[in-house]
Amino acid sequence: MIKIRRLTKRFKKVVALDSVDLEVQPGEVLALWGPNGAGKTTLLRCLLGVIPFEGDIEVMGMDVRRQGKEVRRLIGYVPQEIRWHLDQTVWETVRFYARLRKVALGRAEKLTGDWGLSEAKKKLAQDLSGGMKQKLALVIALLSDPPILFLDEPTSSLDVGTRMEFDTALERLKKDGKTLLFCTHRFSEVRRIADRLVVLESGFKKVDARPREIKNFEEYI
Amino acid sequence: MSFETVRVIMEKEIRDALRNRWFLVISALFTLLSVALSLLGLSGLGSFGIAGFGRTAASLLNLVLLIVPVMGLLLGAMSIVGEREQGTLVTLLAQPVTVNEVFLGKYLGATAAMIATVFLGFGASALVIAKYAGFEQSGDYLVLVLFTILLGLAYLSLGFCVSIFVKRHATAVGVALFIWFLFMFLSDLGLMGTAMVLKLSPGALFWLVLINPAQAFKIAVIGSLQKSLEAFGAAGLYASETLGDWLVPALSAVMAAWILFPLLAAFLFFRRRCVE
Repeated sequence: MIKIRRLTKRFKKVVALDSVDLEVQPGEVLALWGPNGAGKTTLLRCLLGVIPFEGDIEVMGMDVRRQGKEVRRLIGYVPQEIRWHLDQTVWETVRFYARLRKVALGRAEKLTGDWGLSEAKKKLAQDLSGGMKQKLALVIALLSDPPILFLDEPTSSLDVGTRMEFDTALERLKKDGKTLLFCTHRFSEVRRIADRLVVLESGFKKVDARPREIKNFEEYI
Repeated sequence: MSFETVRVIMEKEIRDALRNRWFLVISALFTLLSVALSLLGLSGLGSFGIAGFGRTAASLLNLVLLIVPVMGLLLGAMSIVGEREQGTLVTLLAQPVTVNEVFLGKYLGATAAMIATVFLGFGASALVIAKYAGFEQSGDYLVLVLFTILLGLAYLSLGFCVSIFVKRHATAVGVALFIWFLFMFLSDLGLMGTAMVLKLSPGALFWLVLINPAQAFKIAVIGSLQKSLEAFGAAGLYASETLGDWLVPALSAVMAAWILFPLLAAFLFFRRRCVE
């Protein structure tokens, strides 16, 4: 599904990713683990083709560099810090991204309802609570029903109740056969959902293992 | 390139411009002052027997020089840096869109918003003139409208450059206002000083004047309306004698260059480091 070969990303003199190799199978749920600045977000942005990089990335046989637009059609993305366009309501935001993804407005409306955002449709997206913003991000990521989802620390700013709701949603997406890549700092999330854990440290891939094979998570904090 | 994608981004950019308080205040000011200047021009119509459109075109020239550049600069400067600072640019570029589509959609949206404002100001003014003085010399007026759009686009391109090269919204606004001040006031004084100190020839002075798109606009409009550049002194006479009938096309080309080169620079830099 996803093949990464010798992925390197430099920001001037700082090496954010250093020759990372990785393969993700269809339907696999992969957790990216590591301290802040380890390169998790940079890895997702390279996979999306929104920043230049060295090395090769293929998503479903397509080269991210040359076929970025087609690749992004296959990926739904929930960013780490969710910020929406100022002055746009929830529905205006959903409609804008639905039009960009060429999704029928009927489906956009249904998803908005399914995720409990119907009553907030006329509210400014920027004024939503953290949990609601996260749901809106997930609605937008799911608009075109993409086979792959990238979630960048999706539950880091949520309260316990909303986090559990979100975890359940991720499990549902896993059951639906979606390929998930998510960055996280939470052990419970990794144990509950992930099939595989990749630990990044200072841009290097330090560990690539099944979560149950990891005896001591604390060692990677 | 998908034109549907460009259209969606363009429509959003127009909506953003219509919700931008700076833009709305400047647009309202431009419309009100255009109408006020037209009424003022028409007040002397009976005494001097001068046709409404030609006279008003000349008086609107200075208003355009003052307001349209700042409108274009601010609109452009706030366009991309705002999205980058808000963090929405990454989300936008993570969709099935290309950098080219995003850039083009944003530029066309800002262009449409700016042209709409120019039409609103000139349109309101034209209605007043047509009502009291008829349509005589309306061609001169249209020439001014056309060059005003070119002037606005030149400054919009400069604004886009600012928006790409600067990292913060507030800095972009500051830089845009500085560029406006530089081109509006300092360049005139600087040129006068340079011409005196270096004892520049009229030819050198004329070509130096074209460094400023506002000056190219002023000469092009006066050259079109009056067919004489005596008001610009020796440099104006040099331009008339050297370029003759090619004066207005040459100045139009200078303005087109002012639109295209900053835009190209902004585009190339945006492609290289759009979200970094």
